[in-house]
Amino acid sequence: MKRSLPGRIWPNATAVVLVIGFVFPVYWMFATAFKPTPDIVSEDPVWFPVDITFEHFKTAVDADNFWTLVGNSLTVTVLAVVFSLVLALAGAFALARMRFKGRRGFIVGFMVAQMAPWEVMVIAIYFIVRDADMLNSLIPLTLFYMVMVLPFTLLTLRGFVAAVPKELEESAMVDGCTRRQAFVKVILPLLAPGLMSTSLFGFITAWNEFPMVLILNKDAEYQTLPLWLSQFQTQFGDDWGATMAASTLFAIPILVLFVFLQRRAVSGLADGAVKG
Amino acid sequence: MTVQTERPPSGPTEVLTTLEGPGEPPARGRAAALAPYLLLLPPVAVTVLFLGWPMVKNALLSFQNLNMRQLIQHLTEWNGVDNYQEILGSSDFWRVTGRSIAFTGVNVVLIMVLGTLVGLLLARLGRRMRVTLLIGLVLAWAMPVIAATTVYQWLFAARFGVVNWVLDKAGFHSMAEYNWTGSQLSTFFVITVLIVWQSIPFVAINLYAATTTIPKELYEAASLDGAGAWKSFTSVTLPYLRPFLFATVFLEVIWVFKAFAQVFAINQGGPDRLTEILPVYAFVEGVGNQHYGMGAAISLLTILILLGMTSYYLRIVLKQGEDEL
Repeated sequence: MKRSLPGRIWPNATAVVLVIGFVFPVYWMFATAFKPTPDIVSEDPVWFPVDITFEHFKTAVDADNFWTLVGNSLTVTVLAVVFSLVLALAGAFALARMRFKGRRGFIVGFMVAQMAPWEVMVIAIYFIVRDADMLNSLIPLTLFYMVMVLPFTLLTLRGFVAAVPKELEESAMVDGCTRRQAFVKVILPLLAPGLMSTSLFGFITAWNEFPMVLILNKDAEYQTLPLWLSQFQTQFGDDWGATMAASTLFAIPILVLFVFLQRRAVSGLADGAVKG
Repeated sequence: MTVQTERPPSGPTEVLTTLEGPGEPPARGRAAALAPYLLLLPPVAVTVLFLGWPMVKNALLSFQNLNMRQLIQHLTEWNGVDNYQEILGSSDFWRVTGRSIAFTGVNVVLIMVLGTLVGLLLARLGRRMRVTLLIGLVLAWAMPVIAATTVYQWLFAARFGVVNWVLDKAGFHSMAEYNWTGSQLSTFFVITVLIVWQSIPFVAINLYAATTTIPKELYEAASLDGAGAWKSFTSVTLPYLRPFLFATVFLEVIWVFKAFAQVFAINQGGPDRLTEILPVYAFVEGVGNQHYGMGAAISLLTILILLGMTSYYLRIVLKQGEDEL
């Protein structure tokens, strides 16, 4: 179909404006993080970091407890995601491949659980954790994050399992595999992309979680990066270079994972849990 | 929600009783019949425990007089519906509720309208431009919430912030050192820009993905009937996307209504507690001002309001149990 010239220009011009609008804040974070302070607090913005400096990253990394917090965030996030995958896998298989009484009830139950308003339950969670004498610990965070991402993980994985043709499994079983062997040898390898994009969203949820750690862990040693980042500014006043460097360090793992898994992640989301 | 999450229809409790049979090895047929329940037991049990328990605990706390003294001395002082009476009788609570609903409404309308437009634009672009825009959208989408919040604080910083510089250069000289977090509306403006910026990609990308599944024949048939661009949009595209749009509206409502992190991190609900939305209000009352019982009651009311706002959607989700998922 041939379009007239103005018919081609408008969409492209709009798209250019949109790209700038969406990329600029992310770009500005990176740019500010690498600019020397005089270029940050200048009368007119310095649009491109001409002199690259790493001093702001040094400030951020040398901040109290930084490496402890990185360790905490990674520990809590990775464990929560791995546990939820382990818990979800068998259940996702059951929901995708078996017919049994109450099956849809389970699916709906997980759909509802996925909408749980965790942000509004933190006071109750605080008392539960306090009564268990587990304030200032990574264990409650890990467990609650695991449950937070579990419904999504299970429903998404169910979609991925269902997408694997039944015949593959059946032919493996004809060749003498048990059902479990067929699952491990045939389905699991094919699920790898699904597992990756599912864990990505679990990872983001846990990596970002803020209200719960805010209320549970007052002790700086047991906090996580989002909390540290939100308090960074109070600590560093108007040191925007250091604040942007800290934001960059916090955002990088997710941005890299996301861009790396982008295509799979997006399609996974489309045919996983968020069915229109 | 409480009831359903604790006991999904044909709930786990029933499953539990059937599973605790005697220890003899069951017959093959029975084992096969039990298999799905055994596979589902771990995730269901864990979810029921960790989600149901805070829900119940929250309800219990909301009927207690629980402040700093009771917290320190581990006292349990029941005070019936006093917390609820006080909250429902306070103009503050209703003001915050109205504010939350308005805030959610404005954000969701912006997200849906702009997200839909961007999604439709994606469908019209050439390949190269589309990929470029997709990458931009994914970047914004992937930005961790607190990182994005911090960046927006910098963009809207009173001194040296890019936004004020642009406004100043555009001739609004009074904006040169404008303090965005100094008033209620301007703080909400920044939060809204942030939330809409982060939420458009989800709507746009998924909507674009949905448009690619629309059969071409429908458009051909429409153009044979003499439908123009607008007519084919309203008669083909929109009906096809309706279920997607409908579900997305409710997902966004839930998401924006609970946007604790963004609001709290931008200005802790300030200035003067004027940008507290319900979850932040519950937190500040409960934890900040150490009226934990009150905070729990506000939390419960917040959940009820959220349920009220999304009940229609929830009913449809629950009804989906009746057709093949």
